[in-house]
Amino acid sequence: MNFHAIRAIYRTEMARMMRTVVQSIVAPVLSTSLYFVVFGSAIGSRITEIDGVGYGAFIVPGLIMLAIMTESISNSSFAIYFPKFTGTIFELLSAPVSFVEVVIGYVGAAASKSVVIGLIILATAGLFVDLQIAHPFVMLLFLVLISVSFSLFGFILGVWADGWEKLTIVPVLVIMPLTFLGGTFYSISMLPPAWQTISLLNPVVYLVSGFRWAFFENSDVAVAVSFAMVMAFLLVCLFAVYWIFKTGYKIRS
Amino acid sequence: MQPIISVSGLNKAYGDFQALKNIDLEINRGEIFGLLGPNGAGKTTLINIICGIVKKSSGTITVDGFDNAENFRATRSRIGLVPQELPTETFETPYDVCRFSRGLFGKRDNPAHIEKVLRSLSLWDKKDNKIRTLSGGMKRRVLICKALAHEPEVLFLDEPTAGMDVELRQDMWNVVQSLRESGVTVILTTHYIEEAEQLADRVGVINHGEVILVQEKTRLMKEMGKKQLVLHLSDSIAALPSSLDDYHLDLSDDGLELTYHYDTKRDRTGITALLSDLQAVDIRFNDLHTSQSSLEEIFVGLVSKNT
Ligand SMILES: Nc1ncnc2c1ncn2[C@@H]1O[C@H](COP(=O)(O)OP(=O)(O)O)[C@@H](O)[C@H]1O
Ligand SMILES: [Mg+2]
Repeated sequence: MNFHAIRAIYRTEMARMMRTVVQSIVAPVLSTSLYFVVFGSAIGSRITEIDGVGYGAFIVPGLIMLAIMTESISNSSFAIYFPKFTGTIFELLSAPVSFVEVVIGYVGAAASKSVVIGLIILATAGLFVDLQIAHPFVMLLFLVLISVSFSLFGFILGVWADGWEKLTIVPVLVIMPLTFLGGTFYSISMLPPAWQTISLLNPVVYLVSGFRWAFFENSDVAVAVSFAMVMAFLLVCLFAVYWIFKTGYKIRS
Repeated sequence: MQPIISVSGLNKAYGDFQALKNIDLEINRGEIFGLLGPNGAGKTTLINIICGIVKKSSGTITVDGFDNAENFRATRSRIGLVPQELPTETFETPYDVCRFSRGLFGKRDNPAHIEKVLRSLSLWDKKDNKIRTLSGGMKRRVLICKALAHEPEVLFLDEPTAGMDVELRQDMWNVVQSLRESGVTVILTTHYIEEAEQLADRVGVINHGEVILVQEKTRLMKEMGKKQLVLHLSDSIAALPSSLDDYHLDLSDDGLELTYHYDTKRDRTGITALLSDLQAVDIRFNDLHTSQSSLEEIFVGLVSKNT
């Protein structure tokens, strides 16, 4: 294992985050705060409580989820797509590294950023509403696992994409709708029964529900089921990355 | 001595197109090897396969005795590559990208070495500038620094002076010379004959994916240093008088053309002596011209024969 290489990639990626701190940290925190203010005050004035939790607090886990999913995907897909685009990827390909080190470096950095962003949003939300976290460790575990899974997913997206459109279309067309329909701003139980059933096909429901459970101990689906879904998604992504590694898919001609 | 790089039976197909055909090539430790060939000959493909960027179709490659597929960590950590295109990071600085390259190739941080490399390519005072603000020549030097950051034993330079002006080219040649003095094996591709003449210890010519010649440059230079003086005689002669034996003249079959080979590198060409000796035996000529076999000519000859 080439640990110097992992460190070099991780360090460079984190340095980029610091260099573009406005874009990579301030922007997602700000936009999440806007959601929070707009949804929290507009809808919160009509709906005061869901499942015994104030609406303002209720949407916090979902908003963090939304932010870390989109940030994880965009950070890691960009991190690997950009060298492909500029041609600097030749260096990765000619270096004494296997795909494993490359993935750990890039995905590790993207996931670290997401966790940092998630925690900042959490702290910011704490300024607006009264938040208690029933299970801080479970909360952190979900935060880390989901950041890692979606960073892996982003990495795969970045390898697959051969143009900027493909890179941006998946987050916009797939992740955003799934997140908005995934119980970020409401409880699934508020929907008509038929829609409740359909919602269960949406993987994001499980992520948001599990994450919310860590805060308030109430959830749309059992927390164990949520956890199983996160692990399943993580494994699927790991397998896809392994397959890319084995076949050299879109990496080596 | 074991060659530093040994390529045998190497083939590469892109779909139906055979880009490299059964290449056998050995590179000696410490030499500068010039890989010459026209555009599309397969130079970049060959280099990229050795470096691990492109997959080979068949054949074996060893670097310092290690197989480049089975033992890719050992082979790649010994190699530095400066690619033909100039893909550079834009927002990073020369110092940071060099440090990155060094880590990526498995070496721990060594600021002293990075400083040495940046200084040797006159980039030290630019080390903290964003790369996008540097000129094209500087960008190429940044790429060379990156390739040298992990102290490779072999350096590949793919068309290092393409599009460079004369002055920069001379700088680049100096860099290559000093690398060789420090013991690095350098393989450079070029389609400028002059560059190979100037730098290489040995020259390989590749065309249509085949290596058609590998030779010591000095031997090629010898051929190149030779010139011919051709005399068109007024009257056909059957044989040369023995008084002209020392000149080793060639007489054409029709007895109308005399060819004299001489070496431009010698102090005296012997042409004046020849002319007066010819006059002495009353051989007259009505025209004369000289021609030179340059490496260029040898190269063009080889390449066109091969098409
Ligand atoms: N990725 C590729 N796919 C298909 N053909 C390629 C690819 N890369 C190179 N070739 C072809 O292989 C031949 C050799 O190319 P290259 O090695 O770049 O030549 P050189 O570096 O000598 O100019 C060319 O005919 C080129 O078109
Ligand atoms: Mg080329």
